Amino acid sequence: MIAARAMGDALRAALEEDDRVILLGEDLTDPYGGAFKVTRGLSTDFPGRVRSTPISEAAIAGLSAGLALSGYRPIAEIMFGDFLTLCFDQIVNHISKYEAMYNGKATCPVIIRTPSGGGRGYGPTHSQSLEKHFLGLPYLRVVASSLFHDPAAILRALLAQHSPVLLIEHKLLYPLHLMLPAGGRIEGDIAEEHVCADGLPAVSIRPVPRKDCSFTVLAYGYQAELARRVLSRLAVEEEIFGELVIPSQISPLDWEPIDASVKATRSLLVIEEGVEGFTWGSEVAARISARFFGELRRPVATAASDCTVIPASKALEAEMLMTPERVERAIRKVAA
Amino acid sequence: MTADTVLDGPNVAAPARDRPDVRLVGAPGEPRAERLYRRMRFIRRFEENVLDLFERGLLNGTTHACIGQEADAVAIVEHLGDHDHMFSNHRCHGHFLARTGDAFGLIAEIMGKPEGVCGGIGGSQHLCAPGFMSNGIQGGIVPSAAGIALAKQLDGGAGVSVVFIGDGTLGEGTTYETLNLASLWKLPLVIVLEDNGWAQSTPSRANLAGSMCDRFAAFGIPVFEIDSTDVEELEAVAGRAVATARTQEGPVATVIHTYRLCHHSKNDDNRPVDEVAARWALDPIEIQGRRLAPSARAAIDTAVESALRDVTDRALSL
Repeated sequence: MIAARAMGDALRAALEEDDRVILLGEDLTDPYGGAFKVTRGLSTDFPGRVRSTPISEAAIAGLSAGLALSGYRPIAEIMFGDFLTLCFDQIVNHISKYEAMYNGKATCPVIIRTPSGGGRGYGPTHSQSLEKHFLGLPYLRVVASSLFHDPAAILRALLAQHSPVLLIEHKLLYPLHLMLPAGGRIEGDIAEEHVCADGLPAVSIRPVPRKDCSFTVLAYGYQAELARRVLSRLAVEEEIFGELVIPSQISPLDWEPIDASVKATRSLLVIEEGVEGFTWGSEVAARISARFFGELRRPVATAASDCTVIPASKALEAEMLMTPERVERAIRKVAA
Repeated sequence: MTADTVLDGPNVAAPARDRPDVRLVGAPGEPRAERLYRRMRFIRRFEENVLDLFERGLLNGTTHACIGQEADAVAIVEHLGDHDHMFSNHRCHGHFLARTGDAFGLIAEIMGKPEGVCGGIGGSQHLCAPGFMSNGIQGGIVPSAAGIALAKQLDGGAGVSVVFIGDGTLGEGTTYETLNLASLWKLPLVIVLEDNGWAQSTPSRANLAGSMCDRFAAFGIPVFEIDSTDVEELEAVAGRAVATARTQEGPVATVIHTYRLCHHSKNDDNRPVDEVAARWALDPIEIQGRRLAPSARAAIDTAVESALRDVTDRALSL
């Protein structure tokens, strides 16, 4: 099943299982069904609980906060991840603050879903991966969908707890088929699932047993799929073996699956699509370097897009964004 | 940051009064005129006491007193019940006290004590009690309050959500996004705009183009406008506004032209001395106090002083 449909089904299940679930966002309702069609059909089947809003991202986030403070379970869609800037105050000073600053007297379990990332030629303000600005924000979970995690399981886990969540959905994943672990395998690879705090999954994919892998790649979202393709090809064609670790929650991080892999491979590459500098990868590199000082075979490597605007031109976009070729180059460096 | 820094506490949005202090809210059956006076007098003395504690070096941080504006919250609260919600802003002590009656919880909170309503984390501007919340970001609370109103609407009851803003809040864009949505979805939201004429140090005339009331009217939101510091006049207007919102036919705005008799925060008042002095003639405590028999007024004043001393001493001793 393709990721967009799987997410839509997960939302449908959430609406069916809990009357308190309310969906809010721009152009969500039928017949349009959302800019990426994730919510198609839901407003017809759950009238009044799936609501199209005016173009007012701060109010979408803010109304969600009030619903959540009142015991509802709002799931808001921000049409493009780029528009998160318009609800930054609501996320930073309201949604993620309420429970902590009220000393646990209230909870604000808002889930904000947002299609992010480039590769579609949408240009500087409709292609960004802005999640790095939300990493490390106290009391906010940042979660990224991937082909290797079941969106229904993720949504169920998120609805079973009360922290606010920013859920990043890379838009290039939507038309791709999920590749969920089955019987300890994903295609021909070994797939080891790890359940992190509060039931959120991480998965480690390796072509051969971990002891035979010479490096670890850490990635999430669409970059995880790009890395998987490269690693799979390198294993088959060149007998270069690396392990790919894919967390669903990227902040705060559960270090256990990352540590377990790095302990064995003693080499780590972190890949992300956001622009380089002050990144997820920098944080991971700092932590892993401190923890494995003296054991690593090489400095932790990071790969990210160039620190510039994302051009609309396909050729120019490919020059600065983390493309399949660039992912391969980064992997070959740590595999050398 | 580790996974255990994610909080996961109980959701306690259900309104039920926590620790009302009858010396502040009045005993059941107290005549209305006396009750209104008692509540305003207590809020006034509470704020003066907080400023005094700052002067004496007993408090840390900052505060925003509502001296001169006490009648607004007291009037609105006359028309609210346990199923209603009130959201307030940085200048929230009077709103909190009128709504919850928990003077000890507030003074302990401002002192940063674990016994405060938010364990000393929230402090002066970030309060939470059953049926009440406040936050210190201008305008940002308006959609939170509208979301609570949407919850009231979905719950199917007659509950309303009240949000207090100031004239300065009209500069914030989020306010207008929310006015549009609240009107579009007919949310039971009561916006109470306390226009005290000054946004911190800047007069309204230097901040605001056009008409204050027209801003609400543009979204089809009925406006109840009043220029008064008389709590009984305000109470009547508040009653009409809240009743209108309770019909579930959409939000209402109550625009109260009032005046802040104190500085914005602490020792930061550059307003014309004559202007401030003239407004003391309209002190809401005096207007209501003159309606009471001198003996009744004196009895309330004495009770308020004693209660205030009591909660302050208790909190200081912690």
